[in-house]
Amino acid sequence: MPGREDVARFPEIREPLLNTVSAFGKNKRIVPEPFDVSGVTDLSGAEEMPAIPDVSEVETVRHFTRLSRLNYGIDHGMYPLGSCTMKYNPKIAEAAAASLQSIHPADRNAMSPVLKYLNLLQKYLGDICGMDAVSLWPAAGAHGELTGMMVISRALQVRGETRGKVLIPDTAHGTNPASCVIGGFGTVNVPSGEEGFLTASILKEHLDGDVAALMITNPNTLGIFEREIREIADLLHENGSYLYMDGANLNAILGVARPGDMGVDCMHVNLHKTFGTPHGGGGPGSGPVLVKKELAPYLPLPVIDEDESGLFTLEYDRPLSIGMVHSCLGNVSVCIKALAYILSLGPHALPEVAKAACLNANYLKKKLSGLFELPYDTPTLHEFVLSDKKQKDDGVTALDIAKSLVDSGFHPPTVYFPLVVHGALMIEPTETEPLQELDRFVSAMEEIAGQSTYDPGNLHNAPHTSPVARVDETAAARNLILSWP
Amino acid sequence: MNIPDELYYTENHEWGKVEDGLMRVGITDYAQSELGDIVFVDLARKGTSVSKGDSLGTVESVKAVSEVYSPVDGEIVEVNEALENSPELVNHDCYEGAWMVVLKMDDPSQASKLMDSQSYEDYLKAEA
Repeated sequence: MPGREDVARFPEIREPLLNTVSAFGKNKRIVPEPFDVSGVTDLSGAEEMPAIPDVSEVETVRHFTRLSRLNYGIDHGMYPLGSCTMKYNPKIAEAAAASLQSIHPADRNAMSPVLKYLNLLQKYLGDICGMDAVSLWPAAGAHGELTGMMVISRALQVRGETRGKVLIPDTAHGTNPASCVIGGFGTVNVPSGEEGFLTASILKEHLDGDVAALMITNPNTLGIFEREIREIADLLHENGSYLYMDGANLNAILGVARPGDMGVDCMHVNLHKTFGTPHGGGGPGSGPVLVKKELAPYLPLPVIDEDESGLFTLEYDRPLSIGMVHSCLGNVSVCIKALAYILSLGPHALPEVAKAACLNANYLKKKLSGLFELPYDTPTLHEFVLSDKKQKDDGVTALDIAKSLVDSGFHPPTVYFPLVVHGALMIEPTETEPLQELDRFVSAMEEIAGQSTYDPGNLHNAPHTSPVARVDETAAARNLILSWP
Repeated sequence: MNIPDELYYTENHEWGKVEDGLMRVGITDYAQSELGDIVFVDLARKGTSVSKGDSLGTVESVKAVSEVYSPVDGEIVEVNEALENSPELVNHDCYEGAWMVVLKMDDPSQASKLMDSQSYEDYLKAEA
């Protein structure tokens, strides 16, 4: 329970649920009678009416505004959550999506321009990644991975082959093994080389006739570019296996290098990471899947088609397709925002995104690697990993460092991941942070490094200024309370 | 760091205790201290056949989910069900109460290829 002092500073902690302030007749807005009620489900006979709170507009607005004061987002400050690419989301993209909100998906004529835009996004994503065909429907990165695995599984089936396992390097994302298993494959963890990337010789030891694919993230979660990716692709292809790329870190190479040119057969991109759409509670994600020509017939239904009259329609007659992976058309508004993002930058500015993202990350790495241990000194791109090794002797852990950053007004970086680094702090500032904000972050980290020697106790109890103090994560995980209230 | 003399050790920080062609398996004191508070243990079923290096289950802490790998080839003949409701045992009693599975070894000579307590201690020093 929050203490008195916390409540005094953050009265929002006590914010009641809207249901508890609901009272009959508070909502004074007149709901118009539908002009034709035939065919509308009659709810008057239902056993229980839906529990929609009866509250006024001002109460509703205040409720959510107060709650938003307890939140922290990219519009508050830097959010260097490694591998999540928490870049600023341009408001112009919101405006573009809002302009299409009133279109009903069943209205074929009105939907044609929407499909035209989605088709254009598919074309741009294909061009950016060097891939032949795209499906926009998967709703998130892991959904894209699963869709990709289903596509590969179908391709093997059509080839008349049964292959049971997918290789995953130890620098992969946590969702990768789960997607493979749900897609029907077993997984084998492959260690990366001493310099923090997968080598062709290590891969060779793990290749046999049962390997369906390698699922690799490039650059990987250490921020290191997989420099042997071409040799790796060749080895896989000689073995009849596919190369799947998790595109979560595409921001590092956007417009500069193309996965398709590296020999990737199938991949997904995260529109909510690389293409500036909201992320992490700010809106649904979107994880389009991209494939080479050979895998195109297996992509999810429906496929966007253009008829002779220039009308864009949806095509369902694809007998080899894995079927639908999402109702309607995935998260359409997110796709429109991503298209607006690409168009607002254009082909000349897109590579600048990647270059600035890499520059910002390397600036921070250079400034911080004297104070914190840098476990791999291989050159990195858009993110880098530090560890708490230097602070550990004083009893200060990665978690303490992360929590203390909250007091300086930053969202903490990703901690304890990747697993190949003990006490990892994975930092990704993204290209949208100005130099002043990067310098402010460096100062905060310098202060923490200093405090860990002269006042470690203060770090153990951090954060001190947030609405909620350090939570007991162990108790929270061991005693799950899954319903509220 | 507690490293009992009578046990065998793996590079992935599992311990094995040999008892008449059977091997009792758990994770080491180093492993539990690195993982932090354990909040969930999910073990493979009794009767499962495993090869050396196969997963015997997963251990979840507030930091991460880690696999427990089999030190030898064999069949799981017993599973410690107490860990399902008391995962914290792994933190408090990793060598006794928090054993994870008992394996019937296919080839008991495989045990002697694992590290003894001295080699494991040296291995930990080299890792640090």
